[in-house]
Amino acid sequence: MSDAKGKIDRDSIGNVLFVAIGVSLVCSVLVASAAVILKPRQLLNEEEFRQRIILDVAGLYEPGANIAELYSSIEETSTELASGEAGAVYLVMDDSRIEQVILPVEGAGLWATMYGFLAVEADGNTVRGLQFYAHGETPGLGDQVDKPAWREQWRGKKLFDANGETQIEVIKGFAPDDSEYEIDGLAGATLTARGVSVFVRHWISDEGYGPYLKSLGDKESQ
Amino acid sequence: MGDARKVLIDPLVDNNPVTLQVLGICSALAVTTSLLPALLMCVALTAVAALSTAAISSIRNRIPNNIRIIVHMTIIASFVIIVDQLLRAYAFETSKQLSVFVGLIITNCIVLGRAEAFAMKNGVGLSFLDGLGNGLGYSVILIIVATIRELTGAGTLLGYPILPLVSDGGWYEANGLMLLPPSAFFIIGLLIWGVRSWRTAQAEHPDYRIHQVHRTEVL
Repeated sequence: MSDAKGKIDRDSIGNVLFVAIGVSLVCSVLVASAAVILKPRQLLNEEEFRQRIILDVAGLYEPGANIAELYSSIEETSTELASGEAGAVYLVMDDSRIEQVILPVEGAGLWATMYGFLAVEADGNTVRGLQFYAHGETPGLGDQVDKPAWREQWRGKKLFDANGETQIEVIKGFAPDDSEYEIDGLAGATLTARGVSVFVRHWISDEGYGPYLKSLGDKESQ
Repeated sequence: MGDARKVLIDPLVDNNPVTLQVLGICSALAVTTSLLPALLMCVALTAVAALSTAAISSIRNRIPNNIRIIVHMTIIASFVIIVDQLLRAYAFETSKQLSVFVGLIITNCIVLGRAEAFAMKNGVGLSFLDGLGNGLGYSVILIIVATIRELTGAGTLLGYPILPLVSDGGWYEANGLMLLPPSAFFIIGLLIWGVRSWRTAQAEHPDYRIHQVHRTEVL
């Protein structure tokens, strides 16, 4: 076998082009077909994962639970944002009362857009949790946003002060223990933390879900 | 068949890519905090190593010398992407934990090393076995490291509790250090020591010796 092929001049321009183009073609067909064939299943996984994060951020998820069944209790609705677009809202109901609302938040991290959910209690002010389902942050640094210890800090923090001013913020370094609005920064991931802070504040501002949250709060206090 | 057997078995202990050649350490540190992602990583790397060495061997007589590395990379990268896509479709949660490390198999020295050193000179069948053997050699080490780390670090294996934790009313205090990357260094270091004490032929001779100084001057 090697004799017959040995006669080909491996380093001739013709063979270099032949092998380069041939290998690229075969490989691209293989890669493309794998991507196309597996796409539907991957999308299904992504959707289930997104639902799981919604349940998780609301504190409803237990490992091993049936996600579809749990998720069916969540009501999907929407509200009009300042831009005129519809903003999705996920409601967790307690009988006919709203128990908490879950808002999609997204924005620039360090490398890529981060997608997540912010769960807020019925008063439209107290945070239940913040969790991301897709981001491209640096493993070991920016992906600390997924660490339970950091996520736990968001629970119980307030978005607005008594005057309705946005106060929630991820600060650099450690937040004081009794801080109502501040969350620890992430060591080695200053830009990720700043990104999260900026876009969370954006989504609860008047351009985002601010008016919706405040109307919730008003309803609650009546 | 003596050759085939040797090619397949040798990388397990006698010519192990991790403990003898000290390759593939990066991923061995990163994916061994628990056993499940480590197992998946082993399957991924072994599949890529075996398939790409076989593919490269099948066209070894046509691959031009001056573009051979880039041809290897293209073939290896294609298999890595396919494996990554499969994991995302069928092992979604664990593939999230593996994050970048499946993609990094492309630059794994074990795979590229076998392609360059073995597949370019040997037949398809032997090359496949060589890739398989080296993948398994890597897997043996990963599984040992991951088992030790998950058991001592979290008291579980594959997520099932084995040592009851103090926090759950048991007696075992989980050792958080074992979940951090340095512990993998310690364990791999001890493994290398162990293997080289057992198979003394693997111990390297020191590059130089420190001689005792015969001082002549009076201190």
